[in-house]
Amino acid sequence: MLRLFFHSQLQLGFAQALVAALSALLVVVLARRRGIHLESETLIAMVRGLVQIIAVGSILVILLHAPRWTSGILLAGMIVAAGATSARRAKGMPDAFQVSSCAIALGAGSIIALMTSLGVIDTAITSLVPVGSMLIANAMNTNSLALNRFRSDVLAHAGEIETALALGAEARNSVSPYVQASFEASLIPAIDSLRSLGIVWIPGLMAGMLLSGARPVYAAIYQFVVLAMIFASSGLTSLVSTMLIRGRVFSPAEQLLLQPGR
Amino acid sequence: MTYVSAVTNPIVLRAEHLGRTVRDKILVEDVNFELQKGGVLAITGSSGSGKTSLLRLLNRLDEPTSGTVLVEGADYHNIEARELRRKLGMVTQRPYLFPGSVADNLRFGPAQRGEILPLETIEELLTQVGLKDYSRRDVANLSGGEAQRVSVARALSNSPLALLLDEPTAALDEAAKLEVESAIQKVMRDQGLTCIVVTHDIAQAARLAERALVVEHGRIVRAGPAGEVLRA
Repeated sequence: MLRLFFHSQLQLGFAQALVAALSALLVVVLARRRGIHLESETLIAMVRGLVQIIAVGSILVILLHAPRWTSGILLAGMIVAAGATSARRAKGMPDAFQVSSCAIALGAGSIIALMTSLGVIDTAITSLVPVGSMLIANAMNTNSLALNRFRSDVLAHAGEIETALALGAEARNSVSPYVQASFEASLIPAIDSLRSLGIVWIPGLMAGMLLSGARPVYAAIYQFVVLAMIFASSGLTSLVSTMLIRGRVFSPAEQLLLQPGR
Repeated sequence: MTYVSAVTNPIVLRAEHLGRTVRDKILVEDVNFELQKGGVLAITGSSGSGKTSLLRLLNRLDEPTSGTVLVEGADYHNIEARELRRKLGMVTQRPYLFPGSVADNLRFGPAQRGEILPLETIEELLTQVGLKDYSRRDVANLSGGEAQRVSVARALSNSPLALLLDEPTAALDEAAKLEVESAIQKVMRDQGLTCIVVTHDIAQAARLAERALVVEHGRIVRAGPAGEVLRA
């Protein structure tokens, strides 16, 4: 219907964005009626997301003719931004930004580097940056889930953890059950995405490839490739992040630093 | 105020100018006392007076911002945290038992040092706290009083030099409270165990300890024989 009113692609795009944003705002209104206030956070996130994606789109237009190494700088910048975003979900956790950035860099960065060197991801900026950003974004989400779950579990089980410490347990071992639970919980979205691929959803990349004229079977296979890479980078990120954070919630004298009400 | 016991047994614990301040809030201030082997010391005071904060400094679950503790004459900053905590067993208000059997819980402490606690020792420890033949029971099926007695036996399984008890009966009903208290008394009597009991219950302090400290706003305000201090 929108195509009847908007003939320019740019105008159509803004109109589509507005309609999609209205549907998101509808959820905010429904949540508000149940006493859940998401207004400011959702509004800021949507405006920010729109501005950021337009900015990246514009940069990509410029970078289309730039040398290939520039995509490395762009992806590195994305990793730092992902680390900062993810760290905000780990309020009160010591060194959350360093842990998040390091985990995403090792998790997503190493998979991007490996897959690019093997030719699974094309080195062209138009391919490397969007696919790389998908891996980084998913690694960021996984990292946020892992840190958030770990933080909640440690706060909820501070008594059990300190009991283990008081019995002479090594600090890192006293939080082992919560490290494992955080790792498993953080990977649920990635596992479910893989499991439901093609049945519940046809991801955007595949739709884009079909629209740009790729053969459907290749588009389908490549979508699996991307999801497998997302799983690998997310899993690696979560492993690194939970491994790094487990020691940071303790002081050098093995005292639990993350305590309820502190 | 410094409190020195008249008993002449070797000193197990000595707190020297112990204090902890967090974000300008004084939790514990200039606490000095010493405790001889086999002695039982009660720390009493109103809610929020700093009793538990003081106890947590003794096994270094929290870091003192001033002073130190000497354990058998050695500054505890020079003792590895894990070894220090093995030496100073702790029983908290809630038992926090680990999922599994009663025996699994008793094996936990020694297992941290790579030791396997023999079943006979487990049975002995459980008998001491009045839980004979409980070793195979799942901790999920224990009553509050039974769980707290398991936590006492679990602390003892590390063969501690001293036991720190933080309001061990505060979360229990009257019947369970008496069960746990008599189990603690039996252990103190049979093993001659050095103990520090934090309690807001003056009567319990008088029943369990021969010496007492009263804490207010993180400072010791009275100290001496339990009978005298707790009557004042």
